Amino acid sequence: MSMRSEEQVDTGARRDWMGLLARADPSRLAALWDRMGDTPGHDLLRAPEIGAVMVRGRAGATGAPFNLGEMTVTRCAVRLSACGTVGHAYVQGRDRDHARTAALADALMQTDAAPRVRDGLLDPLAAAETAARQSRAEKAAATRVEFLTLVRGED
Amino acid sequence: MDAASLTGGLRDPARDGARAFRAAMEVMARPGTIATLDHAAPPAPLSAAAGTLLLVLCDPDTPVWLAGACETGAVRDWLAFHTGAPVVAGPGDCAFAVGRWDALTPLDAYPAGTPEYPDRSATLIVELDRLLPGGTVLEGPGIAVQAALPLPDPAAFAANAARFPLGVDTFFTSGTHVAALPRSTKVLV
Amino acid sequence: MYVAVKGGARAIANAHAWLAEERRGDPTLPDLTVAQVREQMALAVNRVMAEGSLYDPDLAALAIKQARGDLIEAIFLIRAYRTTLPRFGASRPIDTAAMACDRRISATFKDVPGGQVLGPTFDYTHRLLDFALAAEGITPDAPRAPAPAGPVPHVTGFLNREGLIQPEPETDATPPDLTREPLELPADRALRLQALARADEGFLLGLAYSTQRGYARNHAFVGELRIGAVAVEMDIPELGFAIEIGEITVTECETVNQFTGSKTEPAQFTRGYGLVFGQTERKSIAMALVDRALRWQELGEDFVGAPAQDAEFVLYHADNIQATGFLEHIKLPHYVDFQSELELIRKLRRGVEAGAEGTE
Repeated sequence: MSMRSEEQVDTGARRDWMGLLARADPSRLAALWDRMGDTPGHDLLRAPEIGAVMVRGRAGATGAPFNLGEMTVTRCAVRLSACGTVGHAYVQGRDRDHARTAALADALMQTDAAPRVRDGLLDPLAAAETAARQSRAEKAAATRVEFLTLVRGED
Repeated sequence: MDAASLTGGLRDPARDGARAFRAAMEVMARPGTIATLDHAAPPAPLSAAAGTLLLVLCDPDTPVWLAGACETGAVRDWLAFHTGAPVVAGPGDCAFAVGRWDALTPLDAYPAGTPEYPDRSATLIVELDRLLPGGTVLEGPGIAVQAALPLPDPAAFAANAARFPLGVDTFFTSGTHVAALPRSTKVLV
Repeated sequence: MYVAVKGGARAIANAHAWLAEERRGDPTLPDLTVAQVREQMALAVNRVMAEGSLYDPDLAALAIKQARGDLIEAIFLIRAYRTTLPRFGASRPIDTAAMACDRRISATFKDVPGGQVLGPTFDYTHRLLDFALAAEGITPDAPRAPAPAGPVPHVTGFLNREGLIQPEPETDATPPDLTREPLELPADRALRLQALARADEGFLLGLAYSTQRGYARNHAFVGELRIGAVAVEMDIPELGFAIEIGEITVTECETVNQFTGSKTEPAQFTRGYGLVFGQTERKSIAMALVDRALRWQELGEDFVGAPAQDAEFVLYHADNIQATGFLEHIKLPHYVDFQSELELIRKLRRGVEAGAEGTE
């Protein structure tokens, strides 16, 4: 396994897969990860740690920021033993395995194992997410109404 | 971020953190006491003791000023990864400041708290070449009769104590050693 | 005066054991799972997340089970838990314009671009008990329709373009945080909104209703109400860029309020804003009305002495955990307090009796 150079790892693409891994359902992620085979050797630079992030909104949706409330988040950082590649994860919820798997996947995506991780993990996760979103959007669309204002006799 | 910045944290965060925090409390509660803090391996020029203090005291709510030679990319990255503390450009709005005495002085540049909230003040971590018993004589809470610490500028700390309950609190670090001087301690000059 | 009381350990332990048994209820019935609470008592879960000020449906469901359905007790458990969590940082402000809306309605514009989407609402139900729900094994199936692509714009944006509504200029100021610094007055709008977002739903509902009945009336229309999922994005120091760390459901209410102008402001529509975790429609509408009432000063209106205008009254009494803590503490032992009260009353009575005898 070898690390790809920094230029080869596009920040936009990395943001996308890290977000996808963070939003993933922990049990689905675990099942896909198990199916991919052995977990690569790694050190924990930061063991999975449960904490909170303060979520902010904006007054009037567009104005000054305010603190809405916190959400639980678990984070983790790993370094692959084979090549020294570092992976990070910040994922919603309190599932330590979710964070560790996401950090490992982030690391592997920066190596030549990337195509395998994309096929075995990211693509199925993205497909499941798209299907779930589509399903909600279709149910919402079925509740779309056209209100009619009734014209009252004026004369 | 360089991979080296991601190492050198607490080896066993829960236990090391609790032990180091206990040591920091002890030296602050008993001015003049010197304790060992070696739970972290920060990048140069930070000492192990100063690095350990930063790890157990700082978080995203505590702006840190890296004074003088401490202001390096490696220190910034290390602090960011391990604590999430924001780095600020000067003493005026920091919660913690770390550096050598000549880079940190003067003390009246730091937040000293308000009469309603004296705790809204800065804590300094002063890196010394040596931290051995003896030096300026200290009296006050937590000291049986008298204690002594090698203060870099006794007059400045006496003036800080005179502002009590306002003022700053100070840790002194050297290698793996730490001592402290709260604002409540009387500095005999 | 507070005096420590000792003893009673056995009685307390036995009381807690009985509590656990009562919580379980009839043991011949299946135990309620946390997942069942999360999925089937979702609006209770949402309320606990909103007022507990911690977004985590599993924890909120657990708290509801532990509290035997007492939502304020469940909120208390969540508030206590959240204090144990290290804070990793703050998110970027969520972008509600990019929301994947389950529901999106406007009471001000019939033909709003993007359409009126009812979503899974209680509105237009007949409020008749549905005895079919008492039977088990019903799996409902919602109809579907082709979904339009992309997010829908905010309704207030249309008024904004015409300059008919007070603008809401974007800033990047770091907001105050009442979980870090005690709430002090005067409180700016960011601090008020934080307090309102975690405030008791019933208290805000009553206050909001009082404005509608004439106590600081502000003629609110629901310009837009939307419920749906938004991404939460955070800057990660060790990466040097922001990533999405999750997705949460929120309810947002923007009111459009009639405003005939004041000493300092021209006649235009003004805004109230409600934003709450989860599907929490009543709370977010109430929040928007109370937010608007509290803005009297910045809009140059008169203080008419209404409760909803009084920031001290609203903000210091809206937190149900503070309120219940102080309210309920009076049931705990106050024996020494009361002993001194008894002494005082006896002394006063003795004085009166002595005086009465003296005049005879």
